Amino acid sequence: MPDGTATSQPGISPAGLFRGESWGEWLDRHSRTFFIAPAVTLVLLFAIFPTFYTIVFAISHVRFSATGLKFRTVWFENFAAQFTGNQQVHFLGRFTSMSIAGWVFTLVIAGALLWWLYRAVVGGTSWVGLAGRLISAAMAMFIALLFAATLLSGNQWGTLLNTLFYVVVGCSIQFVIGLMLAFLCSQPVIGKNFFRVLFFIPLMITPLGVGYAFKMILDVTKGPFQPFWQLIGLGNWAWSTDAWAARWFVILGDSWQWIPFIFIVLLAALENVPKDHVEAAQVDGASSFQIFREITWPQILPVAATVMLIRMIEAFKIVDLPNIMTAGGPGIATESMTLHSLFLWRANNMGDSAAVAYLLLILTVVVCSSFFNFVVLKRIRGARA
Amino acid sequence: MDIRKLAATAASAVALCGWSGIAGAGQYDGITINILTRPGPVIAGAVSQRGKEFEKLTGAKIIVNEVPYAEIFPKVQQDWSTGTNSIDVAVFAAGWGVELAAAGLLENLDPYIAKDSKIDLQDIAPYFREFAQKIGGKTMVIQVDGDFQMVYYRKDILEKNNLQPPKTWDDYLAIAKAINGQDMSGDGKPGYGSCIFKKRNAQSYFAIQTIASTIVQTQGTAQGFQFDNATMKPLVNNAGWKKAFELYKETSKYGPPEELNMDIGDTRALFKSGRCGLLIEWGDPGPLQLEDDAKGIKNKLYATNIGSKEVLDRKAGKLVPVSKESAPNAIDGVNYAPFSAFGGWAGAINAKSNAKTKQAAYDFLSYISQKEQSNVDVTMGWTGFNPYRLSQLKSTELWVKSGMDEGLAKNYMGAINDALNNPNMSSDLKIPGAQQYTGVVLDTELARYMAGEITVDEALKNIEAGWDKITKDFGRDEQIKQMALAVGPAK
Repeated sequence: MPDGTATSQPGISPAGLFRGESWGEWLDRHSRTFFIAPAVTLVLLFAIFPTFYTIVFAISHVRFSATGLKFRTVWFENFAAQFTGNQQVHFLGRFTSMSIAGWVFTLVIAGALLWWLYRAVVGGTSWVGLAGRLISAAMAMFIALLFAATLLSGNQWGTLLNTLFYVVVGCSIQFVIGLMLAFLCSQPVIGKNFFRVLFFIPLMITPLGVGYAFKMILDVTKGPFQPFWQLIGLGNWAWSTDAWAARWFVILGDSWQWIPFIFIVLLAALENVPKDHVEAAQVDGASSFQIFREITWPQILPVAATVMLIRMIEAFKIVDLPNIMTAGGPGIATESMTLHSLFLWRANNMGDSAAVAYLLLILTVVVCSSFFNFVVLKRIRGARA
Repeated sequence: MDIRKLAATAASAVALCGWSGIAGAGQYDGITINILTRPGPVIAGAVSQRGKEFEKLTGAKIIVNEVPYAEIFPKVQQDWSTGTNSIDVAVFAAGWGVELAAAGLLENLDPYIAKDSKIDLQDIAPYFREFAQKIGGKTMVIQVDGDFQMVYYRKDILEKNNLQPPKTWDDYLAIAKAINGQDMSGDGKPGYGSCIFKKRNAQSYFAIQTIASTIVQTQGTAQGFQFDNATMKPLVNNAGWKKAFELYKETSKYGPPEELNMDIGDTRALFKSGRCGLLIEWGDPGPLQLEDDAKGIKNKLYATNIGSKEVLDRKAGKLVPVSKESAPNAIDGVNYAPFSAFGGWAGAINAKSNAKTKQAAYDFLSYISQKEQSNVDVTMGWTGFNPYRLSQLKSTELWVKSGMDEGLAKNYMGAINDALNNPNMSSDLKIPGAQQYTGVVLDTELARYMAGEITVDEALKNIEAGWDKITKDFGRDEQIKQMALAVGPAK
């Protein structure tokens, strides 16, 4: 089949045919495009249409009427609303004066980011690479400032940092425990298959079920574990009315559900590590830790990075557990950005709901891309070097 | 089997045999009525059960769709205004219908009522018939329930402690404090002085209004307590509401440790197990105490309306003692303003459903509301239906027959009738945006205050700003007009 790099070649007719080429031959040459075009168009329509339609909501004030939805364009008013007044406290947190710890933390992060950018400039990074680094650095600085102005300064934080707390802390815990369980189950132990099945079960339960189960388990006034809580002296302590306890218990439920996912993927990766490499290292007298660090970890790193990326994207969208376990409470202590968006939608506040959804999209894309480009790929290249 | 359920089944059988309404057997063959309401046996279960009977009577198919409480209104509004029209009937708060009616989404039910010989509208208490069911003078919803929030107290526990039933919120707190920690269930477990469902995104925003109304509203129903009805300026950022917020928070000291995460189902389980001394609730606990799983509190849970000895002087912006001038409707120095929280569950019909479906839907709502069915349903706690018909309110007969002793029946009926007949009865909002004002803005800020995230002053300021934003959104003049239509000219 002739290669159709036709556009700038001499001897091509205005219709795009090669000299002496029939329509049948032309169709034959482009058949691949025609065959996949319907599928590609359909996928693009389904993927892109909701994204663009959500933008219409995000820049509008929406009212319901007998004849349907009435849109009034307000441009970036819905986005700006999240950064001002009472909505700002809900979304970002409360800002008063910054504590000394907050200032120190901000300066350290700012210095580190500047150093990182300087190294990139000196290292001859391309303009595209530099632009990406600038976006990542700006997001990192924004998050650091938020963290410093809220938690480190004794102020309440909002739904954005709640979401990041679920992502960073939750995913880290899940990764460490998932990796440990996978490592254990990859060893020659008795009942290995039984444990594999056992550890995998939570993933098959619906998140709503997990939420209700944990709510019931942690109920100190009634429910199956009430006598146990009484016995250990926690009968009058309510986890759901303490902001930090509630956050940690949401992470507990989330981890119980998602550790199996990390476990099963990493187990597959561990079982694909060539045994002769490990045996050779053992013969050379390497310790188990050395074998893991030097042989196993570099081999499973690409899979580990991918599974973490998928898990992080999912964690950014957490909604079921905080909704069922605490309804976002106490106050807004456990409300994630998705739940924030859902509550706004329930209030028929479509514009603000879409704006929060878009802000979450921006946050997810920047954080996950930065993590993959500047943490994972760097490690993978380092491991392969 | 529960004897009352047996009686209800027998009554249903009699109703089935005696049915001779508009619809006839097989008249609605092939017609499906999609209904949306709250989940669980409460409301949805009762509607579903009556739906089965209606199916046998008429051939119509009744499908009851259940969604979480907080999603009922947005789901209905989105379904009807976007032209999806997958729902024919919504069973929701009577007051929520106003916004839908203003958008032309509700069917006017007057023509249907004119042809209906069985609904007996004159038997529905005037407040529910003329205020709750009507929007702009037209009947737009059919009441299947009547709602007031009252305070319930364990008569046996108060007697044991030589305490009188509470008359004011200060009494409520004093009693809650005195009995908190006592064994009220007889199993050695410590009880709680007060049980109020305070979970966010549920129905906690009603109890705070039950308290606030007694401090802020003094001049009769038309005066209102959420807004200055003449200007629609929020009336929330003041000493009256501040006291209500503080009282509400104070009750947590004597409540279950997880009260902030408790929904109505949680507190009901707790008081039925005998562990609550006082509670703020609708009419349901009256018959709920007769259920099999509430044997320990049967005929012990009494109802009362509670008021305040201090009221808000709106001009001075401060609290003043009750007097003839400050609270002309006060009784024995206490200002009562019984709050018609939620206004009762009511059925509304989608104006865009086809004509035959609308007729079938109306007939079904009429069937639930008719005395033969309703007078049985309101005596069973699990249905969620509370009395709203004169035939249910005028005597204790129905209630004694359902298992209440005479003393409790008199008390229960007395408390509801006192609320209904009080000229200072306070009304739930019945204007466009009703659900957003209280179910979203008030609910969120109250939850944040209760969690200690914001102070009471910040909470009230935020509510004021949030309410004003909604008012501007709908149009201040329009809201003033709607408020006047709802409760009468501003005083």
